[in-house]
Amino acid sequence: MADMNDANSTVLTVKDLKVNFSTPDGEVQAVKGTSFSVKKGETLAIVGESGSGKSQTMMAIMGLLAANGKVSGSARYGNTEMIGADLGRLNAVRGSKITMIFQEPMTSLDPLYTIGKQIAEPLVHHRGMGKRQARARVLELLKLVGIPEPERRIDSYPHEMSGGQRQRVMIAMALANEPDLLIADEPTTALDVTIQAQILDLLADLQKRFGMAIVLITHDLGVVKHVADRVVVMRRGEIVEQGTRDAIFEHAQHDYTKMLLASEPSGSKAAPPANAPVILEGRNVTVDFEIGSGILFKTSRKFRAVDSVNVTLRQGQTIGIVGESGSGKSTLGRALLRLLESDGRYRFDTSDISLLDRKAMRPFRRQMQLVFQDPYGSLSPRQTVGEIITEGLYVHEPNLTKADRDKRAIEALKEVGLDPAARNRYPHEFSGGQRQRIAIARSMILKPKVVILDEPTSALDRSVQRQVIELLRDLQQKHDLSYVFISHDLSVIRAISDHVIVMKSGRIVEEGPTDDIFESPAQDYTKALIAAAFTH
Amino acid sequence: MARVERKCSARVYYLTMINFVLRRLASAVPTVFLVITISFFLMRFAPGGPFDLERPLPPETMANIMKTYQLDQPLWIQYIHYLGNAVRGDFGPSFIYKDNTVAQLIAQALPYSVQIGSTALLIALVGGVILGTTAALRQNGIIDIALMSVSTVGITVPTFVMGPVLTLIFALILGWLPAGGWGDGSFRQLALPITVLALPQIAIIARLTRGSMIEALHTDHIRTAKAYGLPSRVVVITHALRGAMLPVVSYLAPAAAALLTGSAVVESIFTIPGIGRFFVLGALNRDYPLVMATVVIVAVFVIVFNLLVDIAYGLLDPRVRHD
Repeated sequence: MADMNDANSTVLTVKDLKVNFSTPDGEVQAVKGTSFSVKKGETLAIVGESGSGKSQTMMAIMGLLAANGKVSGSARYGNTEMIGADLGRLNAVRGSKITMIFQEPMTSLDPLYTIGKQIAEPLVHHRGMGKRQARARVLELLKLVGIPEPERRIDSYPHEMSGGQRQRVMIAMALANEPDLLIADEPTTALDVTIQAQILDLLADLQKRFGMAIVLITHDLGVVKHVADRVVVMRRGEIVEQGTRDAIFEHAQHDYTKMLLASEPSGSKAAPPANAPVILEGRNVTVDFEIGSGILFKTSRKFRAVDSVNVTLRQGQTIGIVGESGSGKSTLGRALLRLLESDGRYRFDTSDISLLDRKAMRPFRRQMQLVFQDPYGSLSPRQTVGEIITEGLYVHEPNLTKADRDKRAIEALKEVGLDPAARNRYPHEFSGGQRQRIAIARSMILKPKVVILDEPTSALDRSVQRQVIELLRDLQQKHDLSYVFISHDLSVIRAISDHVIVMKSGRIVEEGPTDDIFESPAQDYTKALIAAAFTH
Repeated sequence: MARVERKCSARVYYLTMINFVLRRLASAVPTVFLVITISFFLMRFAPGGPFDLERPLPPETMANIMKTYQLDQPLWIQYIHYLGNAVRGDFGPSFIYKDNTVAQLIAQALPYSVQIGSTALLIALVGGVILGTTAALRQNGIIDIALMSVSTVGITVPTFVMGPVLTLIFALILGWLPAGGWGDGSFRQLALPITVLALPQIAIIARLTRGSMIEALHTDHIRTAKAYGLPSRVVVITHALRGAMLPVVSYLAPAAAALLTGSAVVESIFTIPGIGRFFVLGALNRDYPLVMATVVIVAVFVIVFNLLVDIAYGLLDPRVRHD
């Protein structure tokens, strides 16, 4: 590690950086005076949960704050003061000496230009390269970041590439001018676990070869443990603790750091008795989607999202369905609830529900509930929480009086650990975790037997995730519920389910009791998934 | 979902494009046919006829006229006749301008309308995009608010008010510009009608551009462009404006069709011999062939411009080239 006292070994020095946003509700202090430095060739991880100010700190340094943001303090790169620098001076550093990659590989590239042209732009503007020279360099870079067939892919548009490839393209762009510092803002959060591991390995490898410093902004302590030299822990705009990785992970001083470290999902679920009755069953579940029909061609192709899958859910059981994006896990969940057209036989309790139409399904609907991933999009912003959670009662128990419904709402909110007064407020007044509790209350009020949970904790910070998982466990025990828990997150699946189904490309790769799957996976794909999720 | 890798090479793209254009033109035929059919019958079911004067003609004269123009035949026979002639490019004689066929009338008048219409469109496009972009870059600033207030005026004040007011100021009071007529067809001569035609379009295009530009400036890839130190000119023009032009381009199809086929109001205020007045005169006088021909012209313009817009879309946005 670099010498702490050598000023030449420091790439970036941040002192007393403050960021304020003026909002209709007044000034919001997003960053409240942070100081840290980044040394040559090291990886500094800035860790924190959402709202900790970790991204805004780096955005402010790069001059990328939203129009309502104000920054004060100092951030020096060499002799350049970045805070308050004019655009010319800022642009001499951005994209040349300090570069950035972002969380959203899908939208961070301009959809209207080829990746070759976009990677070349910093070369052309900072180094004055000609077209041909820049293209040669871009090809080199694409090879470097492991894009297959670079000669062909250089003329591809972003939409022709996968998320992982786009993130590689961003990395190529970041490396183009051999920067001294690369800022990676949640670079792997939007990617599947196996891809995440590849991208992190690539970054580590490139750092070794080129010796640039990396600032890694992340909420994921697993990633931090894997790649960081030093760690800065942020909460609510302040640095609560900083130190070497080992110091932070082994001797965390601050309670918040300890809490973060302890918030990895833990625990396990015991399987229900072997003779527990089957509550929901899907046989040969197959779902086809029509794709195609753009402007130029009118074609219709079929895409098989779920291919002959069997699922048997017993009373009190939690089946975890894991898979990467596009594996068909969410589609399977919806098919099991008969929310989309599919082939297959379905049984709920003792009734065959394969052929029931909408109306005939209705009595079963209340017993089979669905909770979505996005606690922001799935609650109507124009209804009070009370209206949202009692809506199902109008359909399934139309004879209830207003007072009865209110009583049920209070019960449901108490059950999920919210203040019953919440029912007179609107969803935007609640945090992500609280909203997910509201969504769970909306299901629980109907007293269901089966709940399908589609990535219910994926949009939440780890510490909140843990609370939601505990809540789900409590509810399951109390009401003898059966869950199908869909997630890409293996640590969550491991903590909550007693039976795991691993899906890939619409098929089941492997299934079995949770412990067996995690301790002795039989299939290579499962092994790769587990390795990617737990080694860093 | 499986990612289908299909690289559109330039050659394949152009072949697909030609195929696309041909198919679109083929599909335009039934559209024009429907337009003709519907307007033919609507027109005939409207009360009144081309030769109903205040003082009725003697019955024999009337019968003669009806016979000359084949108006005495059953409606469906007239319809078949009309279709047959129209296919051959014969839109019949005008009932009102008796010395001319409709085709001649339109051939004479259309170039005037197209000339002032296309100039107005060009000015509106360039002016609207520049003003809209300027406003977007200074969102909620004084310039933005001023531009948007003025553009509201531009949209709401009707041309029959704007025309006379501008004439009063620039022709009568200041005496800078001629008040009307085609004259030598110079830009100075036509400045007033072109301005009156262009003003509301500038305002609409400026608003559209502003809206989509503001959205474009907040996208992630603009943040990327800034983070890579690209000059503002590149960030704004290369990366933001191209994407922001998509809604403007969609708007251009109906706007161009409307502008190029002449505005009855503007053409009468400034005594321009374009085809705009034929809509009004033809409809008022029940000059069936004239109305039919103008309807067909508008339909064809709309179809052609929609096609051009779709092609432009494909050139602007690689994502629509696929599938």
